[in-house]
Amino acid sequence: MSAHHPAAPVGGKLFNTATLVCGVLIAAMIAVLFVRFIFGLGAVTNLNDGYPWGIWVVFDVIIGSAFACGGFSVAMLVYIFNRGHYHPLVRPALLASLFGYTLAGVGVLFDLGRWWNFWHILWPGYANPNSVMFEVAVCISAYVMVMWIEFSPVFMEQWGLKVQKQKLEKVLFFFIALGTLLPMMHQSSLGTMLVVMGPQVNPLWQTPIVPLLYLLSAITIGYGIVLFESCVAASAYRREIEIHLLQPMAKIMLGVLAAYLAVRFSDLIVRGALGHALAPSLEAFFFWLEMACFIAPFAIVGTPAARRNPARLFVAGVSIMLGGILLRVNGFLIGYDTGLGVDHGWNYFPSIAEMLVTIGMFALEVLGYIIITRRFPVLPHEAATH
Amino acid sequence: MTTRRDFLRGCLASGAAAASAVLPETACARDTLKRPPEGLGLLYDATLCVGCQACVAACKQVNENPAEFTAMDKLWDTPLDTTGHTFNLIKMYRNGTMETKDSELNGFSFMKTSCMHCADPSCVSACPVSAMTKNPETGIVGYDPDACIGCRYCVAACPFGIPKYQYDSPTGKIGKCELCRHRHKDGHYSACAEVCPTGATLFGRTEDLLAEAKRRLALKPGEWTTIPRGRLRPAQEKVLAGGEDGKGQKHRHGWRDEPDQSYQAQVGNYLQHVYGETEYGGTQVLKLSAVNFQKAGLPDLPPKSSAATSETIQHTLYGGLIMPIAVLAGLTWVAKRNVVPEDDDQKGGKS
Repeated sequence: MSAHHPAAPVGGKLFNTATLVCGVLIAAMIAVLFVRFIFGLGAVTNLNDGYPWGIWVVFDVIIGSAFACGGFSVAMLVYIFNRGHYHPLVRPALLASLFGYTLAGVGVLFDLGRWWNFWHILWPGYANPNSVMFEVAVCISAYVMVMWIEFSPVFMEQWGLKVQKQKLEKVLFFFIALGTLLPMMHQSSLGTMLVVMGPQVNPLWQTPIVPLLYLLSAITIGYGIVLFESCVAASAYRREIEIHLLQPMAKIMLGVLAAYLAVRFSDLIVRGALGHALAPSLEAFFFWLEMACFIAPFAIVGTPAARRNPARLFVAGVSIMLGGILLRVNGFLIGYDTGLGVDHGWNYFPSIAEMLVTIGMFALEVLGYIIITRRFPVLPHEAATH
Repeated sequence: MTTRRDFLRGCLASGAAAASAVLPETACARDTLKRPPEGLGLLYDATLCVGCQACVAACKQVNENPAEFTAMDKLWDTPLDTTGHTFNLIKMYRNGTMETKDSELNGFSFMKTSCMHCADPSCVSACPVSAMTKNPETGIVGYDPDACIGCRYCVAACPFGIPKYQYDSPTGKIGKCELCRHRHKDGHYSACAEVCPTGATLFGRTEDLLAEAKRRLALKPGEWTTIPRGRLRPAQEKVLAGGEDGKGQKHRHGWRDEPDQSYQAQVGNYLQHVYGETEYGGTQVLKLSAVNFQKAGLPDLPPKSSAATSETIQHTLYGGLIMPIAVLAGLTWVAKRNVVPEDDDQKGGKS
């Protein structure tokens, strides 16, 4: 059971329906971005001064990076908690994380109104260490580099760079430690970004413990996304599903989720904010929707038998991902209100063009995942499974 | 394979990391900042305002901002709110028949919308690249477009909705009131106060303005009193004003010489509250009104600034990088024992 099988390229054609669809979506995104960079953000987005951040920030960066926590969550399980038998899950999870974070970093540039100055955020003299966004930017930049280093043995194996690989593996433990610390820092800080917005954020999501909530939820989302990816990869590549690994991992996921929910509700009760959840408002509706998505996995995969059912694991993973989306969308968009709409209230709903960019970014991730898993040793070698 | 000890050690390491996310209000606590003693600001008295928008026009002119049209005939500058091109606006509160000025019921009132120049500004705390800065002496919250990356965190952070982004441009900047700091070197002060015909907008040191606001609140509504216009001169200035510079137009305090423009006006029916005295640790722009401030469009803010809360969290977690380095050391130690080069390890983990 503990033996892990060497990873191998899946092989097969790179040009197929899935990659073609991805290509078309990516082309649409490039067209929108062309207009955005020539004419400005207002030409393609529905952003306004009441909602200065739209889906490019909240989905592409804040949710995108949380969805890229699979690598972090699994690596923590394997290397920190020394659960070595989960090792086959590390590479695919790390690959998805690598793409998620790299693209989140690129996605930021689309949204920056004065993007040519982006380097200021890391430049002494400009950088403001008091800013939560500064901390997020430093940690995400560092983490992207660390992940490329963590993932580089895959390329070295493929290209036969044995000596380099051995040298790297001697110090890899440090990068793995760093790769565990950095996501903890910025995933929590992504939540802390709400704090400075003060009373503009609904009390259901405005709390001084928001960093802990975002960190715990990011870890659970990490496991949720591994369930999701394992099921999708197994079905798309017609491979055997790693149930013997996913079953116990789902149990760990429920444990972290329980801790998250305990912290979430205790905080609401202590701050006396639960009343806002009982108000007949859009915010309250979305709060309960978010809660339902986080609680549902206990009903779906609560028993060991249920956890051996791939369909249930898949649905539980999706449910946690939706909960994670809602926690972030609720804090940054639905629960956000300047409260200053005296003469005209502010509204925001993403434009088609904004959605095309978000979808295009997702397509880019899927395309990259397909190309790399088909050509590089990421997924466990099929012949060796059972 | 996995031993219980390794597992517990792992638990300890990540437990420490998780604990670092829970924030005790420790020595790292960052208090709400106070106004600098010589801080400059405005006093806006809604009961004196006649809604003429002269300040809006003057602000446009000195900041070289274009007119913004919202009506069918593009004859007048008619912004509906402050924008990236409109830094100052007089908004109106309306109720019922709108018969009585400064009455909440069946009345109307005006409210100036422009930067409050907070003692502890959220925009300055939020800005990752120091494009928003607070001058340590004047307390003016200034903006530097050459530093700005256009992330609009300041727009999201400000509870007054003041920094605004120019979405209509591929090189859009943030637009906001900077108290006409670019005109100070010529002895000019804020254009809105310079042109205000009724003294509803008054420029001066915030401490002097606060004293003037409290003087008005102490008076009986309806009685006659002297209302200064333009710039509020503190009592001790007459002593200072003795020495003129070479050109004979600027005094030692730096402002252009002006005739006394004060006049007699009736005291308004004020609410006993100087808006901005304590909100978010205080603001340098202060407001008086007869109509509830929230109804007039200002947020109800606690005395503690959200910048203080945010920076307390950040400094508790990352102050001196002590916590991250400690956690990293723990994680490295654990990882070193658990990471085994893949080629030599087919068992997946230390045995």
